[in-house]
Amino acid sequence: MDFDLDDDQLALRDMVRRFCADRFPLDVVRAAGDGLDRDRWRELAGLGVFALTRPEAAGGAGLSLADAAVVFEELGRALAPGPVVASFLAAGAGDGAVDGVAEGEVVATLVERWPGRPLLVEHAESADVVLVLDDDGVTAFDAAGLAGRAVAEPLDPTTPLALVDELPDGGGRSLGGPELAREWRRTGSLLTAALLVGIAGATTDLAVAYAKDRRQFGRPIGSFQAVKHILADMFARAEVARAAVHAGAVTADRPEVGDPDRAVAAGRALAGRAAHDNAKACIQVHGGIGFTWEADPHLFLKRTLLHDTQLGSVDEAAEAVAATL
Amino acid sequence: MELRDSPAEAAFRQEVRAWLNDTVPTLPDKPDPTDWPARRAYDTRWQAMLYEAGYAGVNWPKEYGGLGATPGEHLVFLEESARAGAPDVGVNFVGLLHGGPTLILEGRPDQQAEHLPRILRGETVWCQGFSEPEAGSDLASLRTRAVRDGDDYVVTGQKIWTSFAMVADYCELLVRTDPDAPKHRGISWLIMPMDAPGIEVRPLRTVEGTEEFAELFLDEVRIPVANRVGEENDGWRVAQTTFSFERGTSLVSEMLDAMGLVADLTRLARRVTRRSGTAWDDAGLRREVGMVAAELDGLWALTKRNVTQAGRGALSVAGGSAFKLVYADVLHRLGDLAVRILDRASLSLEDLPVTAGGAPERTGAQVHSDLHALAMSIAAGTSQIQRNILAEKVLGLPREPR
Repeated sequence: MDFDLDDDQLALRDMVRRFCADRFPLDVVRAAGDGLDRDRWRELAGLGVFALTRPEAAGGAGLSLADAAVVFEELGRALAPGPVVASFLAAGAGDGAVDGVAEGEVVATLVERWPGRPLLVEHAESADVVLVLDDDGVTAFDAAGLAGRAVAEPLDPTTPLALVDELPDGGGRSLGGPELAREWRRTGSLLTAALLVGIAGATTDLAVAYAKDRRQFGRPIGSFQAVKHILADMFARAEVARAAVHAGAVTADRPEVGDPDRAVAAGRALAGRAAHDNAKACIQVHGGIGFTWEADPHLFLKRTLLHDTQLGSVDEAAEAVAATL
Repeated sequence: MELRDSPAEAAFRQEVRAWLNDTVPTLPDKPDPTDWPARRAYDTRWQAMLYEAGYAGVNWPKEYGGLGATPGEHLVFLEESARAGAPDVGVNFVGLLHGGPTLILEGRPDQQAEHLPRILRGETVWCQGFSEPEAGSDLASLRTRAVRDGDDYVVTGQKIWTSFAMVADYCELLVRTDPDAPKHRGISWLIMPMDAPGIEVRPLRTVEGTEEFAELFLDEVRIPVANRVGEENDGWRVAQTTFSFERGTSLVSEMLDAMGLVADLTRLARRVTRRSGTAWDDAGLRREVGMVAAELDGLWALTKRNVTQAGRGALSVAGGSAFKLVYADVLHRLGDLAVRILDRASLSLEDLPVTAGGAPERTGAQVHSDLHALAMSIAAGTSQIQRNILAEKVLGLPREPR
């Protein structure tokens, strides 16, 4: 039995965590609401995080999705700004590859569409390429050629959005058909789940630190069971979700150990719920200050709400698990 | 990080599976759960069969008669046993999971020689005398007194929630040997023979309607001082050793059973008729079942993580308590879902048909699981105690005043 981070994965995790602490502190994350810092984006790409699973012969790191899950948990923990999942998907070596994305020279963003769903494109102002995914496949559009207007008040203030009314007829380049769309949905959902686990962990840490520091009735509020039980639940939810997401990644890497669709969906359902419940609990533990714009907890909740619309949701994942029963 | 068996685990799995496939079909029907002597006979016979085949004490060290399997191999054994529908540990629980392992770590060689082989062979059954009416979550406040009289302790007091007391030969007993010391420092851990004069066992009927455990009334019971495990007044530390086993893999078999319950419930939900269609046509219920299944998947993954860490020599308090806390919650939700899905069929603990003119289906087990969940968030450290453990020992929050 060897189902825990190995030494290489621990080193990878620490490296990305240090990088994020240094390059994406929360004031930088907040500034991303005004547009992506392309220099920092190139630095992030320079770590190799987008081309992680691309074979070494093709200029990647030749690593596994399990390694990617470890990396993306850290990106989620830091609320690293920018279309990280889209970049990972478009930095592959085969179908769906977009030149320059792996290096951070080209910024690609991804949106899933279906009839009637508002076409809200993340980081549209900063992106070079907009990848549109639907059941038929993935199509790449030149971002400059899309008519859209910036959303004045995006719910997640660190992720700018543009509302695109219509895609230009025949203006896109097909990157692949239904097969690619299915693969991207699953891999993208897995990596989104890893981001969500990062949020579930970060909000636990933030709330625990605050509960040790904040005093009421002459004692740290973390000494009261009413508070510490909230924190214990947050920790437990994050632990189970992390294990489930790692199981999803490992199963996607080696389908002989289980059903990858089931394993990824289970991880996504638990991670989505853990992030959501923990982000809300984090605000509750912070009390009134947690309800202010200035305090950080709301950033985690709002990013979680964004993630829960990206290549799946808690509800969709729960339904997907039920479909395998 | 991976989920494949190591070559040694794969070989062990094959061997265990083959043996179980040959053996389990030869077993007689399981006894009536209310017939304790029959349960004892059934469970101890299975233990004797395990012993004959070399599978008694899979995770016990070899020098104490166990198989000396790694934590990973132990998990394989539990997984294969559940898959084959093999009997669970049953009345052997306390001996194999508590008393025996505690003796291995803390007992004297003569105590080990006397008890360990008999536990492994299914010859003796143990029960646990820890909790008292006035000492539940605050176990260290226990008041059952043991007074030295020559080579004996004379023990008087009352114990409660003693599973298997009706058929046990020995009891792992916590007693107060120094009433003047701080409460954690005046406790000793004794082996009490259940045939000693002065012991009265009164079974307790649980919400499931069955007598799963008992009260023990101890009236000047004489227990030889030689039956003490560890030093006098050091019993609290010895008991912590006992608990660390309890919070390890003791719930694995039960959780695998819960996964089976989800599969059964899904099958039932597809058949249970509603005014129109079936229960499974209800997307709300379906998603809740999906979520419960996802959580059990997550707990299974967490178990493998805990086992991996145990294999590397790090017993995880965090993983064990997180597991128990979440598992209890999931079991509650699974039971509640079963009741909602079964509708009127949930009003009977006996199996009932769920389709027009159909034969009875396995509905009773689902209703029992809803009631059984009530115990899961109370026994072996309530969910509130698990939260305190996580908050204080893992997250480093200040202790409650106590």
